Amino acid sequence: MEWIQQLINGISLGSIYALIALGYTMVYGIIKLINFAHGDVFMIGAFVGFYAIAGWGLGFFPALLLAMAVCAVFGVLIERIAYKRLRNATRIAALITAIGVSLLIEYGFIYVRGAQAAAYPDVLANKKYDLFGIQVSSQSLLILVVSIVLMIILHFVVHRTKIGKAMRAVSHDMEAAQLMGINVNTTISATFAIGSALAGAAGVFFGVYYTKIEPLMGVIPGVKAFVAAVLGGIGIIPGAMVGGLVLGVVETIVSALGFSQWRDAAAFIILILILLFRPSGIFGKNAREKV
Amino acid sequence: MKKVKGFWIYVVLSVVIYGVVQLLINGGILNPFYANTLIFIGINIILAVSLHLVIGITGQFSIGHAGFLAVGAYISAIITMKFQLPFPLALLAGGIVAALAGLLVGIPSLRLKGDYLAIATLGFGEIIRIVFLNIDYVGGASGMQVTHLTTWTYTFICLFITITVITNFTNSRHGRACISVRENEIAADAMGINTTYYKVVAFALGSFFAGIAGGLFAHNFYIIQPGNFGFLKSFDILIFVVLGGLGSLSGSVIAAILLTVVSTFLQDYPETRMIIYSVVLVLVMLYRPQGLMGTREVTDLFGKWKGPKGGNSYGK
Repeated sequence: MEWIQQLINGISLGSIYALIALGYTMVYGIIKLINFAHGDVFMIGAFVGFYAIAGWGLGFFPALLLAMAVCAVFGVLIERIAYKRLRNATRIAALITAIGVSLLIEYGFIYVRGAQAAAYPDVLANKKYDLFGIQVSSQSLLILVVSIVLMIILHFVVHRTKIGKAMRAVSHDMEAAQLMGINVNTTISATFAIGSALAGAAGVFFGVYYTKIEPLMGVIPGVKAFVAAVLGGIGIIPGAMVGGLVLGVVETIVSALGFSQWRDAAAFIILILILLFRPSGIFGKNAREKV
Repeated sequence: MKKVKGFWIYVVLSVVIYGVVQLLINGGILNPFYANTLIFIGINIILAVSLHLVIGITGQFSIGHAGFLAVGAYISAIITMKFQLPFPLALLAGGIVAALAGLLVGIPSLRLKGDYLAIATLGFGEIIRIVFLNIDYVGGASGMQVTHLTTWTYTFICLFITITVITNFTNSRHGRACISVRENEIAADAMGINTTYYKVVAFALGSFFAGIAGGLFAHNFYIIQPGNFGFLKSFDILIFVVLGGLGSLSGSVIAAILLTVVSTFLQDYPETRMIIYSVVLVLVMLYRPQGLMGTREVTDLFGKWKGPKGGNSYGK
């Protein structure tokens, strides 16, 4: 019974990773950039939620929506200011810029606010439900449900709307999409907006679930979410969801086995194994390299 | 003939720099703070040059260099502190073990390219850190006490050896092979160059010198902790190479000196330092992606002798 409980905890953690991983995978799919600053957008989302709840007394859902909106704008700003001119630069230059932007956000935020941690207010009543002897907290259930709803909305946007169609076209072939009259800049901005909004939601969930937030909180979940994206096959949206869930469950199992110190290493070991044996990820197709 | 003459100029210049600084330290003109800053600059130059070999010359984007620094630091500290063996031996052992770690990491991960390699090396760097965090023999998270053994003489000798070896490596047949891997891996492969071999060699050599720097680093601070060798440390080294110019040895030396001096003065304001670093990094990438020096060397300006020529373009 305890194992099922751990599994549920793992799935809650995994759904947070999955939400962050979606942003990574969408951005990578469209401009082939590992957006290192994504973890910091997640952090900004957590803090917006924190100030909305603790400062303005908003409820959970208004705070969640506010955090998502602020993060969407923030993500678009990052893209417009830093990444847009690097579209034709080498991949390494883009990667270094992304690292720079990430550090700038982290330390800029510390400079403005200070590095001390904050305790997330109790916004959701945490009830324990007893299902056939399994203790399930209402928080993890809610996180899971809202994450699934967000992912369904995302699926709908990507597959049923015009902007989603444009995103898929641009990620397939940017130049051809441009020739077909798709506004590439708008599409890329929309991708950043959606990905960042999901990261913002993940930030609020993280705060509610772990109750402690700090300016450098985005680094480790950010890298792990990237691992999740690679695990599922980078650029593939269902892959990011599955990768996030798998990673969350694996981490929880590693902790439950008594190796909680090695939890962070588990994610990186998974990453290296997947890169070595199946670099295209679980859902990826093997692409042959052309000269 | 010309090359040999250039080499002797370089040797004489190094001896003069060493002698002057040593005299200043002995004479008490340089106070311990400045002497320590000089040692720190030396260590950072070794790190920058060792990463320059991997990123600048061979074009393999590694962002886990602090992991090898950690290996060197811990191994050398174990040798001096637990086995009471002499310091030079510890430095050498730290370098060798770091090179072995480099081989271990490099052989599987160098099959990857670009972003994937970067992420894999980041992962390996973190794994190395977590391993040290979990070994009680080296003190775990609270760290390990190390006596202060690093002096200007040791630092300078190591620095001299590092620069000499890497310059000569770059100018040799093997170095040219590495540059060809950077410029176009497929073409290099087609020309009969064993690209995997050269990538791994460059990686291991870079790790070796990072390990040496780790030994100096450990014995310069009185304590080493796994937290010192996180991603931010790798980033510190990366920025030397990127700012100096990918493919320019003297560029990374200049950047290392410049940034170490800046960060020493900003020691009390760590946030400001990181903000400056990140802004510099972003601005350099946006407006001068080739870095300060590009692939040129300081020696090109004098035209006296050929410096460690790192090719004319960086993957363009």
